[in-house]
Amino acid sequence: MSQSPPFFRAENLACARGERAVFRDVSLRLEPGGALLLRGPNGSGKSSLLRVLAGLLPPFAGHLAWHDGAVADAPDRHTARLVYLGHANALQPALTVVEILTFWARLQPGGDAGRVPGALAAFALRDLAELPARYLSAGQGRRLALARLLLGPAPLWLLDEPATGLDRDATDALWAQCAIHRGAGGMVIAAVHGPAGLPDARELDLAPHSLTAAQDDAWAG
Amino acid sequence: MTAFWALVRRDLHLALRQGGATMLVLVFFVLAITLFPLGIGPAPEVLTRIAAGVLWVAALLSALMSLERLFQADFADGTLDLLALGRLPMPMAVLAKALAHWLTAGLPLTLVGPPLALALALPVEALPAAWLAMALGTPCLTLLGAIGAALTVGIRRGGPLLALLVLPLYIPTLIFGSAAVDAAAFGLSPAPHLLLLAATLCVALVLAPWAAAAALRLALE
Repeated sequence: MSQSPPFFRAENLACARGERAVFRDVSLRLEPGGALLLRGPNGSGKSSLLRVLAGLLPPFAGHLAWHDGAVADAPDRHTARLVYLGHANALQPALTVVEILTFWARLQPGGDAGRVPGALAAFALRDLAELPARYLSAGQGRRLALARLLLGPAPLWLLDEPATGLDRDATDALWAQCAIHRGAGGMVIAAVHGPAGLPDARELDLAPHSLTAAQDDAWAG
Repeated sequence: MTAFWALVRRDLHLALRQGGATMLVLVFFVLAITLFPLGIGPAPEVLTRIAAGVLWVAALLSALMSLERLFQADFADGTLDLLALGRLPMPMAVLAKALAHWLTAGLPLTLVGPPLALALALPVEALPAAWLAMALGTPCLTLLGAIGAALTVGIRRGGPLLALLVLPLYIPTLIFGSAAVDAAAFGLSPAPHLLLLAATLCVALVLAPWAAAAALRLALE
């Protein structure tokens, strides 16, 4: 048992928001170095699935587990093993770039303020370090949010549309960091619409599991 | 502990750099108190009688004004998601934010309020008791208000609802607080009322962070 490599899996997840069912019967499994791309039309539940995987949204059915136990038994241990990047960048307009990263280095599980300079460099933010976040463009703000990924050793990255607003260099930097992370045994789950630079990533299409997209299309049609 | 103080410092930074809001609350408090002698007339015996009540009602309303924003910005920009996944347990995060709120909203009211009440013909001998009562009571206002702020965080224009939720919770603080100041103003011992106020603070300190944290978790789902 203990010899098996560490892994993260989800079984038969179902999700409901309010009265609406979003998806059902979603199962996935990731091993060190693994990557999974979530595909599906708008409203098919990619963001909801990521929130369920992060533990922010309790699943309606199904369960999450690591190799050493169910997430429900040790939610703190799960939280310490992941970094979640949502739609929103969580930037305070009045704080500078370096202040925001230093803050998250103290707040994120396993975060280390010593990694802030490296994280700034990885996403070409060093020249902007002393700039208040209110002056950042959308793409620069996204780069700052991405830099949070590099503040700690958490193995599981949950990325919701990570490349939104990024220029080509920043997009390359994002996939390069994902490759480094996977090379070191990390795992990446990303919801992406366009092409993604995650070689050998498995894809999970949520459309067949989705309970809303079809209805939405019917409404639209 | 570094995570706790990092959050307190961040909120203090934000409050100081966006100093306008903090100042507005203080100006509102001063105006509200000075309106009473103008409306009621300068008869000292009437003013002395109502000084304690006016001081506390003005403090209650001022606290409400600033509480609406306690979690709102963090909710809107996604910071709350990351705090929920952070290394600080959610009740401790609430406590850190409440401490920062008290330092920027409650403490100024505590310092300024009792001297202002002198304009309401509060006897000078009552000043120490008034300061002590405000120092014990304003943290109650912040902590109990945090519950309401957390419950209304997802609601646009939640201010009126926040007031409806929180004002009933404020009644014990109002009663013990004004009774303490009143007792001192009429030459009685404020000690029993101050002790009751301290007891209210203890209860709020223990219960409010957990209640607010539970409400925030619901809002994140």
